Amino acid sequence: MSELLSNIAECIEFGKINKVAPFPPQMKGQDGADELTRQALDEGISAQRILTEGLMVGMEKVGIKFRENKVFVPQVLMSAKAMSTAMIHLKPFFLSGEVKEKGTFIIGTVEGDLHDIGKNLVSMMVEGNGWKVVDLGTDVKAEQFVSAIKEHQNAFVGLSALLTTTMVSMEKITKAIKEAIPEAKVAVGGAPVTDDFRKKIGADVYSPDPQGLVEYLNAQVA
Amino acid sequence: MGKILDKIKLGKVLVSDGAWGTFLQQKGLKTGECPEEWNITHPDEVLDIARSYIEAGADMVETNSFGGTRFKLEKYGLEDKVFELNKAAAEISRKAAGDKFVLGSVGPTGKILMMGDVTEEELFEAFKEQAKGLESGGADAIMIETMSDLDEARIAIQAAKQHTRLEVFCTMTFEKTVTGEFRSMMGVSPTEMVQTLVGAGAELIGANCGNGMVGMVAIVEEIRKANAEIPILVHANAGMPVYSDGETVFPEKPDEMATLVPKIIKAGANVIGGCCGTTPEHICKVRDAIDKS
Repeated sequence: MSELLSNIAECIEFGKINKVAPFPPQMKGQDGADELTRQALDEGISAQRILTEGLMVGMEKVGIKFRENKVFVPQVLMSAKAMSTAMIHLKPFFLSGEVKEKGTFIIGTVEGDLHDIGKNLVSMMVEGNGWKVVDLGTDVKAEQFVSAIKEHQNAFVGLSALLTTTMVSMEKITKAIKEAIPEAKVAVGGAPVTDDFRKKIGADVYSPDPQGLVEYLNAQVA
Repeated sequence: MGKILDKIKLGKVLVSDGAWGTFLQQKGLKTGECPEEWNITHPDEVLDIARSYIEAGADMVETNSFGGTRFKLEKYGLEDKVFELNKAAAEISRKAAGDKFVLGSVGPTGKILMMGDVTEEELFEAFKEQAKGLESGGADAIMIETMSDLDEARIAIQAAKQHTRLEVFCTMTFEKTVTGEFRSMMGVSPTEMVQTLVGAGAELIGANCGNGMVGMVAIVEEIRKANAEIPILVHANAGMPVYSDGETVFPEKPDEMATLVPKIIKAGANVIGGCCGTTPEHICKVRDAIDKS
């Protein structure tokens, strides 16, 4: 039974979606996250265990490898795809309340910036670690962030930017959020962002990679 | 007027231009505004940028068309104006360039092929449409740049090669990994880039953006090692941006950039210019350094 869970973790780590998926080549023809998750449920393994001992283990491994530059964006995207395929089988258990999310994470690319690759990557990694993610999209204004935080009590919020020029929006939005909801925790990230910048604008956390954010979030609810 | 490659074959090191995006903002482009739309709404400002690089001594100037594919323009509801905006971009730079060269800038679409965001055919059509607009406005070459995905770069090169008569160039953007190698966001190394881009028909390759000229020296060395012949271009950022008092500042000064010119030529570069944060002053100093070397 635990072998099945470790096989699921492996499918997530290497981005094996299902049996017919050609990627990764070394797992060709083998069952993927899709088949193995179904099988685990059929064998009576709880959805919670599949999530925490299978899927999340794989997601953490890929997150760490990404941070260490051992894998790059394509591998993470494939892992995320494998993850979301497996999650379809677990969805009913989330809806029934049998499996609970760790919390809610609101994310968006800041006003003036239309780039979404980094934002989506973070979104998938956080979701793959057992969080509910509310994705506000790109070019998101301060008011939209504020009203989303009001709607989802105790949610954490993440601001993404790719352009150096939209770092200004990041400062504006962080200040607006802190003014409206002083206890809200704001994370910032993206190519031009540094921890020094985070301090200057009064945000709570910065990570150069998605895994760092996941670890921060997990620590907040541990 | 000879072609760019002919000049490089004569053994000349050429100077390209500096930043466009950061320059447009100085001129009043607001966040959330479409830069390419300025080719129609603010042609004089765009012309002024192109002209300032030619006056600084550049042998070639780019066009204000980096986000000129339909996939970028559709975010502003301008996807039906691809040809028009790109043609205008090339016309403006052509006017500024005189007998110097015009590089028609083509940036990534922001769509990821392997995620199924788009098909190869859709990408090909989008690049073809943009390249044709740039050609009709008078560009001498298509400058595909800031690429991180090899397939997208290859498709852009093929579309430009098959549907224009222009020289086709391509640069990718690399960052240093924790282990000290250079890789693009999608994990492509400079060495891996060489074969695919040259194989697709790129006549000049290289690197742009990044964290400054120092990193570029190592990247050019790696490309040159992988291919002894292919002309190499660099468009380097003026360092990694630093945020202070509500604005971003690029730390690498014109003189600092210019002192690295002999090194980057020695590494194998044939065309040297700037990317984000570089100004006409940077280009002027690079010109001086090349003329002295």
